[in-house]
This record gives sequence, C-alpha cells and structure tokens, in this order.
Amino acid sequence: MTAPTPTSPALEIQDLRKTFSRPAVDGLSLTIRRGEFYALLGPNGAGKTTTLRMVAGLLNPDAGAISICGIDARTDPIEAKRVMAWVPDEPLIYDKLDPMEYLEFVAGLWGMDAQRAERQARDLIRVLGLESKASTRCNGLSKGMRQKVALAGALIHDPALIILDEPLTGLDAGSARQVKAVLKERVAAGATVIMTTHILDVAERMAERIGVIANGKLLAEGTLDELRTRTGRDGETLEEVFLTLVAETSDEAAAA
Amino acid sequence: MTALVSRADGRRRQRSHMGKEMTSAQTLSWFAGHELRLAWRDWATMMAGGRTSRERLVTVIVLMMVAALHWLAFAILKPVLAHGVELDVQTLIVLSATMLTSFSMMLSQAIEHVTRAFYARADMDLILSSPAPARHLFTVRIVSIAMTGALMSALMLSPFINMAAVLDGPRWLSAYAVIAALSALSTGISLVVAMALFRWIGPKRTRLAAQIVAAVVGAALLIAIQAVAVMTYGNLSRLSVLTSPALVAVLPDVSSLVWIPARAMLGETGPALAMLAGCLALLATAIATHADRFATLVIAAAGTSDDVQENASRKRPYRSFTTAQALRAKEWQLLARDPWLVSQTLMQVLYLIPPALLLWRDMGSAESMHIILSPVLVMAFGQLAGGLAWLAISGEDAPDLVATAPVSLTAITRAKIESVLAVVAAGAAPFVLAMALLSLWGAVVTTLFTALASAAAILVQLWFRSTAKRANFRRRQVASKAATFSEAFSSVFWAGAAGFAASGSWYAVGFVALALAVLPITWWIRPRA
Repeated sequence: MTAPTPTSPALEIQDLRKTFSRPAVDGLSLTIRRGEFYALLGPNGAGKTTTLRMVAGLLNPDAGAISICGIDARTDPIEAKRVMAWVPDEPLIYDKLDPMEYLEFVAGLWGMDAQRAERQARDLIRVLGLESKASTRCNGLSKGMRQKVALAGALIHDPALIILDEPLTGLDAGSARQVKAVLKERVAAGATVIMTTHILDVAERMAERIGVIANGKLLAEGTLDELRTRTGRDGETLEEVFLTLVAETSDEAAAA
Repeated sequence: MTALVSRADGRRRQRSHMGKEMTSAQTLSWFAGHELRLAWRDWATMMAGGRTSRERLVTVIVLMMVAALHWLAFAILKPVLAHGVELDVQTLIVLSATMLTSFSMMLSQAIEHVTRAFYARADMDLILSSPAPARHLFTVRIVSIAMTGALMSALMLSPFINMAAVLDGPRWLSAYAVIAALSALSTGISLVVAMALFRWIGPKRTRLAAQIVAAVVGAALLIAIQAVAVMTYGNLSRLSVLTSPALVAVLPDVSSLVWIPARAMLGETGPALAMLAGCLALLATAIATHADRFATLVIAAAGTSDDVQENASRKRPYRSFTTAQALRAKEWQLLARDPWLVSQTLMQVLYLIPPALLLWRDMGSAESMHIILSPVLVMAFGQLAGGLAWLAISGEDAPDLVATAPVSLTAITRAKIESVLAVVAAGAAPFVLAMALLSLWGAVVTTLFTALASAAAILVQLWFRSTAKRANFRRRQVASKAATFSEAFSSVFWAGAAGFAASGSWYAVGFVALALAVLPITWWIRPRA
C-alpha cells in the first residue's frame, strides 16, 4: 500500500497508450500540479474521455504510467482511488435512492465516518441547491439535478484529485454557476480539478492551465497566454486559439 | 377556415416528409417494413452478437437442431399415427387442457408485450412528433405481437405438425391455422385487458398490474390443475385430473362445439379455418376500437416516469458502513423499492404454490413427499438466485461510481454475492424448515442442492457479466442465450440430483456430474472481452 506524497504532482501521466480499432490515446504525457484547475480540451474523439477513464481506473491502458498524488495507479489502484473522484458526463446514479441516501452509500464505499459523512452530505446538498430534493428519489430529478447529485457524491470524501468529464452539460445557468463555485472553492482549499469541456468560455475563465489534445496526442499545454503566444494569436479568445491548434493538426495530418 | 388551412398545411408537411403522399395502406406497409427490419437486426444481433460469420454458424446449428427435432417427432408419431387417433372425450379433454394451458401462456406473453408497446420509449418521441399517424404504428406493432406469438409457437410445434402431415396427410397442417388463431385471440384479449387497466388504474400502475396479471394468467391454469391434483389425488400430475372418470362424466360428448379447437388441432380443416377467421376478426375489432387512443396513452405512460416519489422525511442518522455492508444494504434497498423488479423475480415462486400445497396437505404423513418437493424447490430457488445475481452483478446503475471506489473488484463481487445469497436463504428457509418436519434428510438435501444450484447460477452470471440498467432485467434472457441455457441446464441437473439424492438413489451422482459439467462448458463459451 502506497501513501500519497505531499510534494508529488496531483497527476502524472507518462507515455500513456490505448488502442481500440485505432489509437485513441497515443503516447500522452501530462503533469498536473496540486491545487491546479486544469482544463483538458480537444475535438470530439480526441481521446479526452479515454484518457480520464484510464486515470480513474475504468479502463486499462495498453502502456504507460499513471501516478496520482505519488501513488502508482496501475500497481496500487485502491489507494489511488481513495484520493480521487470521477464524475462522468452522464450522471449514473441510483434512481430508487434519494440524494441523501445516495451520498450515504458513497460515504460507505469510501469507508467514511458516519457523522462526518452526514455533515458533509448536508453541506453539499445545501451548497448545490438540492435541499428541496434531498428526500426525492433520483428518478424524479432533472438531468441537471442528477448531475449535481453525482458531483456531491464525488466531493463527499474530500478527494485530492477531482476528475470531471463535461460536468456542465445539461445544467442551467444557475446550476452551472453553483457547480463552478463549488469547484473553485475546492481548488482554493488545495484540491486539484481536471475537467474536460466543450464550453470554451468556462475553460477560459476557470482553468489555470489548459491542455489541448487531438488524435490521442497532446498538441499544446500551458496558460491561456502561453497558448496564445504558441499560436501567434495574442489577445484572441480561447476559441480562436483552440481552433487554430486543431486546424494545424488537421493540416499536418492532411499533408502526411 | 383556420382549421381547414392548418389541416391542409399538415397534409403538405406530411407530403414533404415522405416525398409523396401515402395512402393508409402504404403507410401501414411502410411501418411494417421498418418494424420488420428492426426486428430482424435485433434478432440477428441477439443470436450472433453482430458477427456475420457467427450468423452463418448460428443458422447451421439451428438447421441441424430443426432436422434433429423433426427426426424425433417422426420417431414418436409413427407408432401413434399407425393406429390412428381415437376421437374420444378423454383424448379431447387432455388435448383441450393442453391447448388451454398453452393459450394461457400465449396470453400471458401477449399481455406483457402489448402493455410494453405503450411504455417503450425508444423511437416513440420521433414517431409521435412526426406527421405519420400513430394508429398505423399501433396496428403494425399489435399485429407483429400476434405474428411473433404465432411464429414462436409454430416453431416449437412444427416438427410434430410437419411429421404428422408427412405420415398422415396434409390435413394436419391445419394446426398452423389453430396456432395463428390462438395467437390472434390472445393478442386481442391482451389489448382489451391493457386498455381496461389504463382506464381503471391509470398509466402509472398499469405496467406493474399488467405484469402481475400476465404472471397469474400464465401460471393460474397450470397451478389450478396441479392444486386440484394435489388436493384430490395427492400428487402433482395433471393427467390424474384430466383422465379422471368424474371429469369425463360431466363434460359433453365428442359432437359438442366445445371440442372445436381440439378437433381443429387434430387436423379437421373446417373448424380450423372457422377458428382462424373468428379470432382474426376479433383482433381486427380490438385494434380498430383502440387504435385512436394509442398516442394519448403512450404520452400518458411517458409522463409516469417523471412522477416524483418522496421518501418519508429523513429521521434516521447516517450509519457507518464497511464497503461490503454499504453494497449489501444498497442492493436490498433497491430491490425493496422496485415492485416491478420484485414481481419479475418472484414470478418463479408462483410455481411453488402446488408443492407448498402438497407440503401442507401431507405434513407429517407422507414419507416420500420430499422426493417430489426437493427438486422443485432447488429448481425454483436456483432460478431465483440467477435472477438476483443478474440484478446485483450486471444490473448496476452506477457502474462508474462502484468501479472508482477504493475497493477491490473481488470485495465488490463478494458483497454482491452475499446480498443475493441472503435473499435466497431468506426465501428458502421457511420451505426447508417445513420440509424438516416432513423429512430431515429431505431438508438437508434441499438445503445443500439449493446452495449448489444458487452458486452455479451466480457463477454463470459472473462469467456473463455485462453492464446493464436494472430496468433492462427483462432483456437479460434474450441478451445472452448461452447464459440463459447454461442457467436452465444447471438448474435442471441440480434439481434432478436433489430428487435422486432425496430418494437415496446413486443416480444423484450422475446428475451432480452433469450439473458440474455445465460449468466448464459455460466458462469456455463465456464472452472473452
């Protein structure tokens, strides 16, 4: 059993590879520091979700190394999972449980103390605006509400690394603001957030560093300013920068 | 004027959608073609997992099985038809009862399928938001239910019908008309039942009620005959009731109209065609009467999924759980809150009513009754374990959550298996205790073989695990035929072993060997991905 080391990066990926019918992730390397808000961007089919699913232990890589807070996720997945949370784009929760019961179950999976778990659950329910639905079975909740319940489940055990795949899809403006506020608060408290999103405005405003991948490879990485410099698009929005980067790859692929 | 304009607009829109205006018959045939294509692809995928080479292999295997069954039917029928079929009341009673039992099962299936047509969501939003008339889709779906029911029954009986026609003349082919008639009749009645349920108890409860009605209809006749046999003759054999002189005495002679279905089945063409015409007319009337309400009811049924269920205000504080406790508690909580799933799972327990009656009747008096009861209980609880194991192992609604929890897959699986075994144990315990009063040896055998049958069923589910929504429980048996057959063979062999063991026969060892042999074969054919 490995203990998390305080000085090691929140996530370190080296030469990660996964092939289905074609390479989905092709020698990807990433280092994400502790307490960082990191946005992983890429066009559809770029390999974002595959990468994050491998990090979360939901998919076995063909090759490469994954280290979470200094824990080798491939040799010690249980300890790695203990400090991590995963929120998929589709909120898969139990229809027949209400949000409080769902959170109690998640707390049980992470072996939390009951009193602490209940306190955390009530806080999350309040912060995410779920109080009126706390005793409503999840099959009666809207997609946005379910997404917030799934997020609460991810946060209840205070993970050091929070991985979110398209967390804002299907949320109304008010809910999106609540989710963003909660995530920012977690980052301020020292947690690391890695998020994929197609809403580039959100990535632009929230992420400290941005990684752009396409065809399973990292195209560019850095702060927004660094990416602007890299693409020669000073003063432009992230959307322009992103499209330039992706277009470069398409051109290179076409030329090859 | 406005109405006229909007109707004309609607027609124009329909025309532009379909390229040219379609007549009702064309729309019907277009829908029928669409449904047929989907049904065929569904079937091909189910049988071959989408692989063309496997489709060919499956076709070859099916053809070989059909040939073998025809040969078997030939061997059975040749001596019977050589002497001719004697048309006496007793033969007609047995045949009519068999047909009635088959019909009750067809009716049960049809009630489920017809009700499901209103709750199926897959393409309903698309179709109901299009200008195509929903009543045409309804007609096609109901007719396809009737045709599927007829086809399945015809497939099962075809070796016997075909061989009877070969041995004794083509008149036996009229049995196909009888099957079609029974399927049309069962579908028509199902439609009326479903509509009545919608009217009386509303769309929210109709699905569950229809399922219970279907289960009761499917099992009631068989159970009733067995119950009469138990109470009157002290055994589970239907024949003891159907061939009893008392029954023959009260029923009309062979010329009565009551026997028309049986006579039609025995190759009398006139009654067969009359039955077919009557039943088709009934189905057509039922469809014509209810088709216009289809869209309204589908929309009402869709609204039920948005119904909000409030749990009683939370008084209980959180409890500290170990991972295993949390998983077990979750499984039991989900099961307890889903009456639809519970009723699906407990269907098999319905068939325990006759043996339970037998237990009650012979408690303390019959010394060999455990020989009959033990295999029945082993079979029923083995099947129950299989169903519950699917729910716990494959029917995980939050697979990502469980997979990202800091727990090993082994610990998760163990906790889920424990939750299944606990439910099976709780269900079997009263029967085993009652049997212990009858025979201690019978109780020991039943306990042992129920545990073995349950373990085998769980292993099959583990080897064939796949991620699925719990709501897809019904599809588990069509999702993997291999798993279904393995589970069935395993249950049958363990039940056989229990029966022989209860009687003290060494044949039990042979059945144990067969049951154990199913496991490596199942392991070998398991999906490798």
